[in-house]
Amino acid sequence: MTNAVNTDSPMADIRPRTLAEKVWDKHLVAKGENGTPDLIYIDLHLVHEVTSPQAFDGLRLAGRPVRRPDLTIATEDHNTPTLAIDRPIADLTSRTQIETLRRNCAEFGIRLHSLGDIEQGIVHVVGPQLGLTQPGITVVCGDSHTSTHGAFGAMALGIGTSEVEHVMATQTLPLKPFKTMAITVNGTLRPGVTAKDIILAVIARIGTGGGQGYVLEYRGSAIRALSMEGRMTICNMSIEAGARAGMVAPDATTYAYLEGRAHAPAGADWDDAVAYWDTLATDEGASFDAEVILDADTLEPFVTWGTNPGQGVSLSDTVPNPADIDDANERSAAERALEYMDLAAGTAMKDIHVDTVFLGSCTNSRVEDLRAAAEIIKGKSIADGVRMLVVPGSARVRIEAEAEGLDKIFLAFGAEWRFAGCSMCLGMNPDQLAPGERCASTSNRNFEGRQGKGGRTHLVSPLVAAATAIRGTLSSPWDLVQDGMLGHDAVPAVFVPAR
Amino acid sequence: MQKFTTVTGVAVPMRRSNVDTDQIIPAVFLKRVTKTGFEDALFYGWRQDPEFILNQPAYQSPKVLVVGADFGTGSSREHAVWALRDFGFDVVLSPRFGDIFRGNSGKQGLLAGQISEDDAETLWGILEANPGIELTVDLVACTASVGELTVSFEVDEYTRWRLLEGLDDIGLTLRDEARIAEFESHREPWRPRTLPARQVNL
Ligand code: SF4
Repeated sequence: MTNAVNTDSPMADIRPRTLAEKVWDKHLVAKGENGTPDLIYIDLHLVHEVTSPQAFDGLRLAGRPVRRPDLTIATEDHNTPTLAIDRPIADLTSRTQIETLRRNCAEFGIRLHSLGDIEQGIVHVVGPQLGLTQPGITVVCGDSHTSTHGAFGAMALGIGTSEVEHVMATQTLPLKPFKTMAITVNGTLRPGVTAKDIILAVIARIGTGGGQGYVLEYRGSAIRALSMEGRMTICNMSIEAGARAGMVAPDATTYAYLEGRAHAPAGADWDDAVAYWDTLATDEGASFDAEVILDADTLEPFVTWGTNPGQGVSLSDTVPNPADIDDANERSAAERALEYMDLAAGTAMKDIHVDTVFLGSCTNSRVEDLRAAAEIIKGKSIADGVRMLVVPGSARVRIEAEAEGLDKIFLAFGAEWRFAGCSMCLGMNPDQLAPGERCASTSNRNFEGRQGKGGRTHLVSPLVAAATAIRGTLSSPWDLVQDGMLGHDAVPAVFVPAR
Repeated sequence: MQKFTTVTGVAVPMRRSNVDTDQIIPAVFLKRVTKTGFEDALFYGWRQDPEFILNQPAYQSPKVLVVGADFGTGSSREHAVWALRDFGFDVVLSPRFGDIFRGNSGKQGLLAGQISEDDAETLWGILEANPGIELTVDLVACTASVGELTVSFEVDEYTRWRLLEGLDDIGLTLRDEARIAEFESHREPWRPRTLPARQVNL
């Protein structure tokens, strides 16, 4: 029912293609016919404890092995505690999931980074830090934020449990081609404005369903100027715009990040790889199915006021009035959101008090994020009545941060310095908001109850998180400058690469 | 997956429509880590009632469920199909199914056959008059027969073919195994591998 294809045929190179199309074509095992999907080869399968147990069980029932253990890697993240990690996990369900993963990985020969291991951490932090996430590969994981890996110019897809089993058994996935959308961000970000603000503004613009059916490609000078960490932050939240994936074409920044990492190609392989990676960028004249253009010059720090990531405004703005929203569905969604968030229309965002600040999650928990926040809070103390959790994305990030002394800065400030994991990004482990508690969070989802039942989430950048922890109200570093607490030059501009 | 041609077994007349997946299996059971062993969870809420049909002696090991329209709507949980399979059901006949449920059924070897409202009514009448009577489902002819009565059901051609051949999604892909192996034979050597594990110290 399918035809073999030769992706190296000259024909494939004649039509100008986008980055996404090139990666797709390169991984075509068999082309679908009459509406059946294409069969796509998967280069890298990332596994964690929540979405894998039934997949392993399915293999066991069918007597199938994992086809390519050497293209598969597992870590523990969603359920892991971030305190007292040497003690048994208290919650029974969480403990069962972790223990099941350990048993399954041992049985099927899968490399696993367990709690306590230097490479343990959020699955989307671990892949890149090991150098496994590379340009032009296909990556899947049973987690929607797999889109993170697209920052390297990979095609990175979140999948469901039966697809996890499918990839384990066959190293392929039947997929229908996606549409492509260019998100072009021109200009230069001002100091204090970050990748997080770009993506929050993009989602506010196109809506949480705007990317449905599309692979987004982020391009333009503001994207080129970003570090890999910043690009990961942006691609991470592509899923919040409804997209299947987000990508950034690889360049010198990508190569600099990768070179020397444990699993990056080395020696002659490196040169071969770079030669290929250099061919990946979207061709001149290739067409996208849709395009959105954004201006970085005028962008301000962006924060959410509602209960989906598209309900955001500039920090200097006010809580919108639902009565001003034309679309009836969006209007009633806004009304419900304001009720849940306990906010009145017209309130200045900067007047909103928070109880908790969370710096972490696969969106913003890399060493660069921690460094940027530490830069702001250094030598200051946390606002009265506010608690701050700092949760590195992986054990390695934690160690790197400690080597730079960042832990001491956070602790002296009055924040908590935790072990690696998903932590307060989702209410699945002990780190949760209490009902009614309000949080400025660097994570990616502000859904009702996401950080704990009844918890209220404002999505923010690491810089806004840091300034908010100092002032107790949603704030940007520029508010600290105005207060005389921070020098003009101390507001970080576009981040420097981490290494 | 087993090849599916005919099934003969006890049929359960369930006069309920709009049975969503939450009724088939409540969310608390989603925390489990296995793909089997969900028989106790099937229709959990209703089974607390001793009068519920599956608690009656005639229906202790049924194979066919004849149920009202809009069966399996709501949440996409694949557990709904697993629970029905684990309980022993091979076939569900209903005038209309939730889309995702129907898709999930085909993948797990559960036949979701669509019958007319009238035939559902007739089948219920016969099954209720003869509790525990066996019914035969023939996937080649797309018919269900009990006693003198034979009704036909619909199932999409692709799903039917897969059930007849005993192919799940993975089995289907593995038919292309030679192509997968061929593809693998010319993957570039520098593409990432997780094994053997490499370490770089700080
Ligand atoms: S940090 Fe949050 S969004 Fe990321 S993988 Fe963990 S739970 Fe999912």
